[in-house]
Amino acid sequence: MLHLASSLPGQQPQNPLVPAWPELIIGFITFAIVFVALWKVLLPRATKMLAERSDAIEGGIERADAAQAEADATLAQYRAQLQEARHEAARMREEAREEGARIKAELRAEGEEQKRAIIESGNAQVRADRQQAFAALQAEVGALSVQLAGKIVGESLEDEARQRRIVDRFLADLESGSSAASGARASS
Amino acid sequence: MSDVLFAAAKSCDPNTSHIFSGCPYPAPNIEDFIFKPIATVGGFEITKPMVLCVLAGAIVLTFFWFAFRKPKLVPKGAQNLGEMGILFVRDQILRPQLGKAGDRFLPYLVSLFFFIWIMNIMGIIPLIDFPSTSRIAYPLILALPVWITYVFLGMRHQGPIGYFKNMAVPAGAPWWILPLLSPIELFSNILVRPFTLTIRLFANMLSGHILLLVFGLASWYLFSASIGLLFSTASFVLTIILTLLEVLIQALQAFIFTTLAAFYFSDAMSAAH
Repeated sequence: MLHLASSLPGQQPQNPLVPAWPELIIGFITFAIVFVALWKVLLPRATKMLAERSDAIEGGIERADAAQAEADATLAQYRAQLQEARHEAARMREEAREEGARIKAELRAEGEEQKRAIIESGNAQVRADRQQAFAALQAEVGALSVQLAGKIVGESLEDEARQRRIVDRFLADLESGSSAASGARASS
Repeated sequence: MSDVLFAAAKSCDPNTSHIFSGCPYPAPNIEDFIFKPIATVGGFEITKPMVLCVLAGAIVLTFFWFAFRKPKLVPKGAQNLGEMGILFVRDQILRPQLGKAGDRFLPYLVSLFFFIWIMNIMGIIPLIDFPSTSRIAYPLILALPVWITYVFLGMRHQGPIGYFKNMAVPAGAPWWILPLLSPIELFSNILVRPFTLTIRLFANMLSGHILLLVFGLASWYLFSASIGLLFSTASFVLTIILTLLEVLIQALQAFIFTTLAAFYFSDAMSAAH
Protein backbone atom coordinates (compact mmCIF):
# COMPACT_ATOMS: atom_id res chain seq x y z
CA MET A 1 0.00 0.00 0.00
CA LEU A 2 2.77 2.29 0.91
CA HIS A 3 4.82 1.71 -2.16
CA LEU A 4 1.89 2.36 -4.48
CA ALA A 5 0.71 5.36 -2.55
CA SER A 6 4.17 6.81 -2.63
CA SER A 7 4.46 6.08 -6.32
CA LEU A 8 1.46 8.24 -7.05
CA PRO A 9 2.33 11.56 -5.55
CA GLY A 10 -0.28 14.23 -5.59
CA GLN A 11 -3.17 11.81 -6.24
CA GLN A 12 -5.69 11.25 -3.52
CA PRO A 13 -6.48 7.58 -2.84
CA GLN A 14 -9.84 7.05 -4.54
CA ASN A 15 -12.91 5.47 -3.07
CA PRO A 16 -13.53 2.49 -5.38
CA LEU A 17 -17.27 3.03 -5.13
CA VAL A 18 -17.08 6.57 -6.49
CA PRO A 19 -17.00 6.61 -10.28
CA ALA A 20 -14.59 8.91 -12.05
CA TRP A 21 -16.17 11.31 -14.52
CA PRO A 22 -13.68 10.79 -17.33
CA GLU A 23 -14.28 7.08 -17.23
CA LEU A 24 -18.04 7.54 -17.28
CA ILE A 25 -17.69 9.72 -20.36
CA ILE A 26 -15.31 7.37 -22.15
CA GLY A 27 -17.42 4.35 -21.26
CA PHE A 28 -20.59 6.03 -22.44
CA ILE A 29 -19.14 7.21 -25.72
CA THR A 30 -17.59 3.82 -26.49
CA PHE A 31 -20.74 1.94 -25.69
CA ALA A 32 -22.85 4.41 -27.63
CA ILE A 33 -20.68 3.95 -30.71
CA VAL A 34 -20.81 0.15 -30.42
CA PHE A 35 -24.55 0.19 -29.86
CA VAL A 36 -25.40 2.56 -32.68
CA ALA A 37 -23.16 0.72 -35.14
CA LEU A 38 -24.72 -2.62 -34.24
CA TRP A 39 -28.23 -1.21 -34.12
CA LYS A 40 -28.20 0.79 -37.33
CA VAL A 41 -25.79 -1.10 -39.56
CA LEU A 42 -24.54 -4.50 -38.55
CA LEU A 43 -27.42 -6.27 -36.83
CA PRO A 44 -30.03 -5.33 -39.45
CA ARG A 45 -27.80 -7.03 -41.98
CA ALA A 46 -27.44 -10.06 -39.74
CA THR A 47 -31.13 -10.38 -38.92
CA LYS A 48 -32.06 -9.79 -42.56
CA MET A 49 -29.70 -12.55 -43.55
CA LEU A 50 -31.10 -14.87 -40.87
CA ALA A 51 -34.64 -14.15 -42.02
CA GLU A 52 -33.68 -14.75 -45.65
CA ARG A 53 -32.02 -17.98 -44.72
CA SER A 54 -34.96 -19.26 -42.73
CA ASP A 55 -37.17 -18.21 -45.65
CA ALA A 56 -34.96 -20.14 -48.01
CA ILE A 57 -35.01 -23.19 -45.78
CA GLU A 58 -38.73 -22.96 -45.15
CA GLY A 59 -39.29 -22.36 -48.86
CA GLY A 60 -37.24 -25.45 -49.63
CA ILE A 61 -39.23 -27.45 -47.13
CA GLU A 62 -42.45 -26.12 -48.56
CA ARG A 63 -41.36 -27.00 -52.08
CA ALA A 64 -40.39 -30.46 -50.92
CA ASP A 65 -43.77 -30.81 -49.20
CA ALA A 66 -45.56 -29.71 -52.34
CA ALA A 67 -43.57 -32.17 -54.45
CA GLN A 68 -44.32 -34.91 -51.95
CA ALA A 69 -48.02 -34.09 -51.98
CA GLU A 70 -48.02 -34.09 -55.75
CA ALA A 71 -46.24 -37.42 -55.86
CA ASP A 72 -48.71 -38.83 -53.36
CA ALA A 73 -51.64 -37.56 -55.40
CA THR A 74 -50.19 -39.02 -58.60
CA LEU A 75 -49.55 -42.33 -56.90
CA ALA A 76 -53.11 -42.39 -55.57
CA GLN A 77 -54.37 -41.56 -59.03
CA TYR A 78 -52.30 -44.34 -60.59
CA ARG A 79 -53.51 -46.77 -57.98
CA ALA A 80 -57.10 -45.76 -58.68
CA GLN A 81 -56.54 -46.15 -62.40
CA LEU A 82 -54.92 -49.51 -61.91
CA GLN A 83 -57.80 -50.60 -59.73
CA GLU A 84 -60.24 -49.40 -62.33
CA ALA A 85 -58.33 -51.20 -65.06
CA ARG A 86 -58.40 -54.38 -63.01
CA HIS A 87 -62.13 -54.03 -62.48
CA GLU A 88 -62.56 -53.34 -66.16
CA ALA A 89 -60.50 -56.38 -67.08
CA ALA A 90 -62.43 -58.54 -64.65
CA ARG A 91 -65.69 -57.19 -65.96
CA MET A 92 -64.63 -57.81 -69.55
CA ARG A 93 -63.51 -61.31 -68.69
CA GLU A 94 -66.83 -61.93 -67.05
CA GLU A 95 -68.66 -60.52 -70.03
CA ALA A 96 -66.61 -62.58 -72.41
CA ARG A 97 -67.32 -65.66 -70.38
CA GLU A 98 -71.03 -64.90 -70.36
CA GLU A 99 -70.91 -64.08 -74.06
CA GLY A 100 -69.10 -67.33 -74.74
CA ALA A 101 -71.60 -69.27 -72.68
CA ARG A 102 -74.45 -67.51 -74.42
CA ILE A 103 -72.98 -68.20 -77.87
CA LYS A 104 -72.39 -71.79 -76.91
CA ALA A 105 -75.96 -72.10 -75.70
CA GLU A 106 -77.26 -70.45 -78.86
CA LEU A 107 -75.18 -72.67 -81.05
CA ARG A 108 -76.34 -75.65 -79.13
CA ALA A 109 -79.95 -74.56 -79.44
CA GLU A 110 -79.44 -73.90 -83.12
CA GLY A 111 -77.80 -77.28 -83.54
CA GLU A 112 -80.69 -78.90 -81.72
CA GLU A 113 -83.07 -77.06 -83.98
CA GLN A 114 -81.24 -78.09 -87.10
CA LYS A 115 -81.01 -81.64 -85.86
CA ARG A 116 -84.68 -81.63 -85.17
CA ALA A 117 -85.41 -80.09 -88.57
CA ILE A 118 -83.19 -82.59 -90.33
CA ILE A 119 -84.86 -85.44 -88.50
CA GLU A 120 -88.21 -83.90 -89.22
CA SER A 121 -87.50 -83.48 -92.90
CA GLY A 122 -86.04 -86.98 -93.02
CA ASN A 123 -89.16 -88.30 -91.43
CA ALA A 124 -91.31 -86.37 -93.88
CA GLN A 125 -89.22 -87.61 -96.76
CA VAL A 126 -89.57 -91.15 -95.53
CA ARG A 127 -93.32 -90.69 -95.15
CA ALA A 128 -93.64 -89.16 -98.61
CA ASP A 129 -91.50 -91.89 -100.16
CA ARG A 130 -93.62 -94.43 -98.45
CA GLN A 131 -96.76 -92.71 -99.71
CA GLN A 132 -95.32 -92.57 -103.15
CA ALA A 133 -94.29 -96.20 -103.01
CA PHE A 134 -97.81 -97.07 -101.85
CA ALA A 135 -99.34 -95.18 -104.70
CA ALA A 136 -97.02 -96.80 -107.22
CA LEU A 137 -97.53 -100.19 -105.73
CA GLN A 138 -101.31 -99.71 -105.58
CA ALA A 139 -101.69 -99.80 -109.36
CA GLU A 140 -99.04 -102.39 -109.93
CA VAL A 141 -100.24 -104.75 -107.21
CA GLY A 142 -103.81 -104.37 -108.56
CA ALA A 143 -102.73 -105.30 -112.13
CA LEU A 144 -100.56 -108.12 -110.86
CA SER A 145 -103.30 -109.46 -108.67
CA VAL A 146 -105.80 -109.32 -111.51
CA GLN A 147 -103.34 -111.03 -113.79
CA LEU A 148 -102.55 -113.58 -111.16
CA ALA A 149 -106.18 -114.15 -110.32
CA GLY A 150 -107.01 -114.46 -114.01
CA LYS A 151 -104.34 -116.99 -114.46
CA ILE A 152 -105.39 -118.88 -111.36
CA VAL A 153 -109.10 -119.08 -112.23
CA GLY A 154 -108.22 -119.52 -115.91
CA GLU A 155 -110.53 -117.02 -117.23
CA SER A 156 -110.49 -113.29 -117.78
CA LEU A 157 -112.75 -111.16 -115.79
CA GLU A 158 -114.34 -109.18 -118.53
CA ASP A 159 -116.63 -107.22 -116.44
CA GLU A 160 -114.86 -103.97 -115.75
CA ALA A 161 -116.96 -103.07 -112.75
CA ARG A 162 -116.58 -106.42 -111.08
CA GLN A 163 -112.86 -106.34 -111.71
CA ARG A 164 -112.53 -102.92 -110.03
CA ARG A 165 -114.55 -104.02 -107.02
CA ILE A 166 -112.40 -107.09 -106.52
CA VAL A 167 -109.21 -104.97 -106.77
CA ASP A 168 -110.53 -102.40 -104.32
CA ARG A 169 -111.50 -105.03 -101.78
CA PHE A 170 -108.13 -106.64 -102.05
CA LEU A 171 -106.34 -103.32 -101.61
CA ALA A 172 -108.43 -102.44 -98.59
CA ASP A 173 -107.48 -105.75 -97.01
CA LEU A 174 -103.88 -105.16 -97.89
CA GLU A 175 -103.87 -101.67 -96.47
CA SER A 176 -105.40 -102.60 -93.14
CA GLY A 177 -102.92 -105.44 -92.79
CA SER A 178 -99.92 -103.25 -93.69
CA SER A 179 -100.93 -100.31 -91.37
CA ALA A 180 -101.26 -102.78 -88.48
CA ALA A 181 -97.82 -104.11 -89.35
CA SER A 182 -96.23 -100.58 -89.63
CA GLY A 183 -97.79 -99.57 -86.25
CA ALA A 184 -96.21 -102.61 -84.67
CA ARG A 185 -92.85 -101.60 -86.23
CA ALA A 186 -93.01 -98.04 -84.89
CA SER A 187 -93.75 -99.16 -81.34
CA SER A 188 -90.80 -101.47 -81.35
CA MET B 1 10.45 -5.50 14.69
CA SER B 2 7.74 -3.68 12.87
CA ASP B 3 10.07 -0.75 12.53
CA VAL B 4 12.62 -2.98 10.88
CA LEU B 5 10.04 -4.36 8.50
CA PHE B 6 8.73 -0.92 7.80
CA ALA B 7 12.22 0.35 7.05
CA ALA B 8 12.90 -2.64 4.85
CA ALA B 9 9.60 -2.22 3.08
CA LYS B 10 10.48 1.31 2.19
CA SER B 11 13.43 0.18 0.16
CA CYS B 12 11.70 -2.92 -1.18
CA ASP B 13 10.75 -3.15 -4.85
CA PRO B 14 7.72 -5.46 -5.17
CA ASN B 15 8.91 -6.52 -8.59
CA THR B 16 12.11 -8.10 -7.30
CA SER B 17 11.49 -8.91 -3.64
CA HIS B 18 11.15 -12.52 -2.58
CA ILE B 19 10.46 -14.35 0.67
CA PHE B 20 13.24 -14.34 3.31
CA SER B 21 14.69 -11.19 1.81
CA GLY B 22 13.27 -9.13 4.61
CA CYS B 23 10.71 -7.59 2.37
CA PRO B 24 7.00 -8.12 3.11
CA TYR B 25 4.55 -9.78 0.76
CA PRO B 26 3.27 -7.05 -1.55
CA ALA B 27 -0.39 -7.86 -0.99
CA PRO B 28 -2.74 -6.54 -3.64
CA ASN B 29 -5.23 -3.93 -2.55
CA ILE B 30 -7.53 -1.30 -3.89
CA GLU B 31 -4.57 0.83 -4.95
CA ASP B 32 -3.97 -1.71 -7.71
CA PHE B 33 -7.12 -0.43 -9.34
CA ILE B 34 -5.87 3.13 -9.52
CA PHE B 35 -3.75 3.94 -12.53
CA LYS B 36 -1.41 6.71 -13.40
CA PRO B 37 -2.46 8.52 -16.55
CA ILE B 38 -0.69 7.17 -19.63
CA ALA B 39 -1.07 10.46 -21.43
CA THR B 40 -2.84 13.75 -21.02
CA VAL B 41 -4.77 15.20 -23.91
CA GLY B 42 -5.89 18.76 -23.29
CA GLY B 43 -6.17 18.26 -19.54
CA PHE B 44 -7.99 14.96 -20.02
CA GLU B 45 -6.03 12.20 -18.31
CA ILE B 46 -6.08 8.94 -20.19
CA THR B 47 -5.65 5.81 -18.07
CA LYS B 48 -5.23 2.14 -18.86
CA PRO B 49 -8.88 1.18 -18.13
CA MET B 50 -10.06 3.85 -20.56
CA VAL B 51 -7.78 2.51 -23.28
CA LEU B 52 -8.99 -1.03 -22.55
CA CYS B 53 -12.61 0.10 -22.66
CA VAL B 54 -12.13 1.71 -26.05
CA LEU B 55 -10.17 -1.33 -27.20
CA ALA B 56 -13.04 -3.59 -26.11
CA GLY B 57 -15.49 -1.48 -28.08
CA ALA B 58 -13.18 -1.60 -31.09
CA ILE B 59 -12.86 -5.37 -30.82
CA VAL B 60 -16.62 -5.86 -30.68
CA LEU B 61 -17.16 -3.52 -33.62
CA THR B 62 -14.37 -5.06 -35.68
CA PHE B 63 -15.61 -8.55 -35.03
CA PHE B 64 -19.17 -7.79 -36.07
CA TRP B 65 -17.93 -5.74 -38.97
CA PHE B 66 -15.95 -8.69 -40.27
CA ALA B 67 -18.83 -11.04 -39.57
CA PHE B 68 -21.49 -9.03 -41.39
CA ARG B 69 -19.49 -7.00 -43.86
CA LYS B 70 -20.93 -9.02 -46.71
CA PRO B 71 -23.34 -11.51 -45.17
CA LYS B 72 -23.99 -14.61 -47.24
CA LEU B 73 -26.94 -16.95 -47.26
CA VAL B 74 -24.58 -19.81 -46.52
CA PRO B 75 -22.39 -18.46 -43.71
CA LYS B 76 -18.66 -18.98 -43.46
CA GLY B 77 -16.00 -18.27 -40.88
CA ALA B 78 -16.53 -15.00 -39.07
CA GLN B 79 -20.15 -14.77 -40.16
CA ASN B 80 -20.82 -18.17 -38.63
CA LEU B 81 -19.26 -17.05 -35.38
CA GLY B 82 -21.10 -13.72 -35.42
CA GLU B 83 -24.40 -15.45 -36.03
CA MET B 84 -23.68 -17.84 -33.19
CA GLY B 85 -23.08 -14.85 -30.91
CA ILE B 86 -26.24 -13.08 -31.96
CA LEU B 87 -28.35 -16.21 -31.78
CA PHE B 88 -26.92 -16.99 -28.35
CA VAL B 89 -28.02 -13.61 -27.03
CA ARG B 90 -31.35 -13.90 -28.82
CA ASP B 91 -32.24 -17.46 -27.81
CA GLN B 92 -30.61 -17.69 -24.38
CA ILE B 93 -31.14 -14.17 -23.04
CA LEU B 94 -33.73 -12.24 -25.01
CA ARG B 95 -36.38 -14.78 -25.98
CA PRO B 96 -36.75 -16.42 -22.54
CA GLN B 97 -37.47 -13.02 -20.99
CA LEU B 98 -39.12 -10.97 -23.68
CA GLY B 99 -40.37 -13.49 -26.20
CA LYS B 100 -40.41 -12.90 -29.92
CA ALA B 101 -41.87 -9.42 -29.54
CA GLY B 102 -38.69 -8.36 -27.72
CA ASP B 103 -36.52 -8.79 -30.79
CA ARG B 104 -36.32 -5.00 -31.11
CA PHE B 105 -34.07 -5.04 -28.04
CA LEU B 106 -31.64 -7.40 -29.73
CA PRO B 107 -29.06 -4.77 -30.80
CA TYR B 108 -29.02 -3.33 -27.31
CA LEU B 109 -28.60 -6.67 -25.58
CA VAL B 110 -26.02 -7.90 -28.07
CA SER B 111 -24.00 -4.73 -27.56
CA LEU B 112 -24.27 -5.03 -23.79
CA PHE B 113 -23.30 -8.68 -23.66
CA PHE B 114 -20.31 -8.53 -25.96
CA PHE B 115 -19.01 -5.20 -24.72
CA ILE B 116 -19.10 -6.36 -21.11
CA TRP B 117 -17.73 -9.77 -21.94
CA ILE B 118 -14.77 -8.44 -23.89
CA MET B 119 -13.98 -5.92 -21.13
CA ASN B 120 -14.21 -8.72 -18.56
CA ILE B 121 -12.08 -11.14 -20.52
CA MET B 122 -9.25 -8.64 -20.65
CA GLY B 123 -8.64 -9.50 -17.01
CA ILE B 124 -7.00 -12.76 -18.03
CA ILE B 125 -5.35 -11.77 -21.32
CA PRO B 126 -1.58 -11.75 -20.71
CA LEU B 127 0.02 -8.29 -20.87
CA ILE B 128 -3.39 -6.65 -20.60
CA ASP B 129 -4.42 -8.30 -17.35
CA PHE B 130 -7.09 -5.86 -16.32
CA PRO B 131 -10.87 -5.91 -16.58
CA SER B 132 -12.13 -2.36 -17.00
CA THR B 133 -15.40 -3.46 -15.43
CA SER B 134 -13.60 -3.71 -12.09
CA ARG B 135 -13.73 0.07 -12.02
CA ILE B 136 -17.19 1.10 -10.99
CA ALA B 137 -17.61 3.80 -13.62
CA TYR B 138 -17.93 1.26 -16.46
CA PRO B 139 -20.62 -0.98 -14.94
CA LEU B 140 -22.42 2.15 -13.78
CA ILE B 141 -22.48 3.82 -17.17
CA LEU B 142 -23.80 0.58 -18.66
CA ALA B 143 -26.42 0.11 -15.94
CA LEU B 144 -27.77 3.65 -16.11
CA PRO B 145 -29.20 3.40 -19.65
CA VAL B 146 -30.71 0.04 -18.70
CA TRP B 147 -32.40 1.70 -15.74
CA ILE B 148 -33.60 4.65 -17.81
CA THR B 149 -35.01 2.29 -20.44
CA TYR B 150 -36.64 0.24 -17.69
CA VAL B 151 -38.40 3.23 -16.13
CA PHE B 152 -39.32 4.64 -19.52
CA LEU B 153 -40.81 1.35 -20.73
CA GLY B 154 -42.73 0.98 -17.49
CA MET B 155 -44.28 4.41 -17.76
CA ARG B 156 -45.13 3.98 -21.40
CA HIS B 157 -46.76 0.59 -20.99
CA GLN B 158 -48.54 1.19 -17.70
CA GLY B 159 -48.94 4.96 -17.67
CA PRO B 160 -46.91 7.20 -15.35
CA ILE B 161 -49.34 6.78 -12.45
CA GLY B 162 -50.20 3.17 -13.10
CA TYR B 163 -46.52 2.41 -13.23
CA PHE B 164 -45.87 3.65 -9.70
CA LYS B 165 -49.14 2.21 -8.48
CA ASN B 166 -48.34 -1.25 -9.87
CA MET B 167 -44.93 -1.04 -8.35
CA ALA B 168 -46.03 0.18 -4.93
CA VAL B 169 -49.03 -2.12 -4.62
CA PRO B 170 -48.03 -5.71 -5.22
CA ALA B 171 -50.90 -7.93 -6.33
CA GLY B 172 -52.55 -9.83 -3.52
CA ALA B 173 -51.12 -7.78 -0.68
CA PRO B 174 -53.67 -6.92 2.05
CA TRP B 175 -54.31 -3.18 2.36
CA TRP B 176 -53.04 -2.85 5.94
CA ILE B 177 -49.54 -3.99 5.02
CA LEU B 178 -49.19 -1.47 2.22
CA PRO B 179 -47.79 1.39 4.36
CA LEU B 180 -44.95 -0.94 5.21
CA LEU B 181 -44.65 -2.73 1.92
CA SER B 182 -45.02 0.10 -0.59
CA PRO B 183 -41.88 2.06 0.37
CA ILE B 184 -39.86 -1.14 0.32
CA GLU B 185 -41.22 -2.14 -3.07
CA LEU B 186 -40.62 1.29 -4.57
CA PHE B 187 -37.16 1.45 -3.10
CA SER B 188 -36.28 -2.06 -4.27
CA ASN B 189 -37.73 -1.72 -7.78
CA ILE B 190 -36.63 1.78 -8.63
CA LEU B 191 -33.47 2.46 -6.70
CA VAL B 192 -31.92 -0.86 -5.79
CA ARG B 193 -32.16 -2.49 -9.19
CA PRO B 194 -29.72 -0.30 -11.12
CA PHE B 195 -27.45 -0.21 -8.13
CA THR B 196 -27.29 -4.00 -7.77
CA LEU B 197 -26.81 -4.33 -11.50
CA THR B 198 -23.74 -2.11 -11.21
CA ILE B 199 -22.37 -3.57 -8.01
CA ARG B 200 -22.77 -7.19 -9.05
CA LEU B 201 -20.60 -6.78 -12.11
CA PHE B 202 -18.15 -4.39 -10.50
CA ALA B 203 -17.60 -6.44 -7.34
CA ASN B 204 -17.24 -9.72 -9.16
CA MET B 205 -14.63 -8.35 -11.48
CA LEU B 206 -12.83 -6.54 -8.66
CA SER B 207 -12.69 -9.57 -6.41
CA GLY B 208 -11.70 -11.85 -9.26
CA HIS B 209 -8.86 -9.58 -10.19
CA ILE B 210 -7.67 -9.33 -6.59
CA LEU B 211 -7.84 -13.10 -6.24
CA LEU B 212 -5.65 -13.60 -9.30
CA LEU B 213 -3.27 -10.92 -8.03
CA VAL B 214 -2.97 -12.58 -4.62
CA PHE B 215 -1.82 -15.88 -6.03
CA GLY B 216 0.04 -14.43 -8.97
CA LEU B 217 2.09 -12.17 -6.74
CA ALA B 218 2.54 -14.96 -4.22
CA SER B 219 3.98 -17.35 -6.79
CA TRP B 220 6.55 -14.72 -7.64
CA TYR B 221 7.16 -13.60 -4.04
CA LEU B 222 7.57 -17.17 -2.79
CA PHE B 223 9.82 -18.12 -5.68
CA SER B 224 13.27 -18.72 -4.17
CA ALA B 225 15.71 -21.53 -3.63
CA SER B 226 14.05 -22.64 -0.41
CA ILE B 227 10.94 -24.29 0.95
CA GLY B 228 9.25 -21.30 -0.64
CA LEU B 229 9.55 -23.03 -4.02
CA LEU B 230 6.93 -25.56 -2.94
CA PHE B 231 4.50 -22.82 -1.95
CA SER B 232 5.36 -20.92 -5.07
CA THR B 233 4.47 -23.90 -7.23
CA ALA B 234 1.23 -24.44 -5.36
CA SER B 235 0.42 -20.78 -5.76
CA PHE B 236 1.15 -20.92 -9.45
CA VAL B 237 -1.09 -23.94 -9.98
CA LEU B 238 -3.82 -22.19 -8.04
CA THR B 239 -3.39 -19.10 -10.20
CA ILE B 240 -4.01 -21.19 -13.29
CA ILE B 241 -7.06 -22.87 -11.78
CA LEU B 242 -8.44 -19.52 -10.66
CA THR B 243 -7.81 -18.09 -14.10
CA LEU B 244 -10.00 -20.82 -15.55
CA LEU B 245 -12.61 -20.00 -12.94
CA GLU B 246 -12.37 -16.35 -13.94
CA VAL B 247 -13.04 -17.25 -17.57
CA LEU B 248 -16.30 -18.76 -16.41
CA ILE B 249 -17.17 -15.87 -14.11
CA GLN B 250 -16.40 -13.26 -16.74
CA ALA B 251 -18.75 -14.84 -19.22
CA LEU B 252 -21.31 -15.49 -16.49
CA GLN B 253 -21.33 -11.90 -15.28
CA ALA B 254 -21.80 -10.57 -18.79
CA PHE B 255 -24.63 -13.07 -19.19
CA ILE B 256 -26.24 -12.12 -15.88
CA PHE B 257 -26.03 -8.40 -16.56
CA THR B 258 -27.69 -8.81 -19.95
CA THR B 259 -30.28 -11.28 -18.68
CA LEU B 260 -31.26 -8.96 -15.85
CA ALA B 261 -31.55 -6.06 -18.29
CA ALA B 262 -33.88 -8.18 -20.41
CA PHE B 263 -35.81 -9.22 -17.31
CA TYR B 264 -36.26 -5.61 -16.19
CA PHE B 265 -37.56 -4.65 -19.63
CA SER B 266 -40.07 -7.46 -19.66
CA ASP B 267 -41.04 -6.65 -16.08
CA ALA B 268 -41.68 -3.04 -17.03
CA MET B 269 -43.78 -4.03 -20.03
CA SER B 270 -46.05 -6.45 -18.20
CA ALA B 271 -48.63 -4.45 -16.31
CA ALA B 272 -49.33 -6.69 -13.34
CA HIS B 273 -46.58 -7.75 -10.98
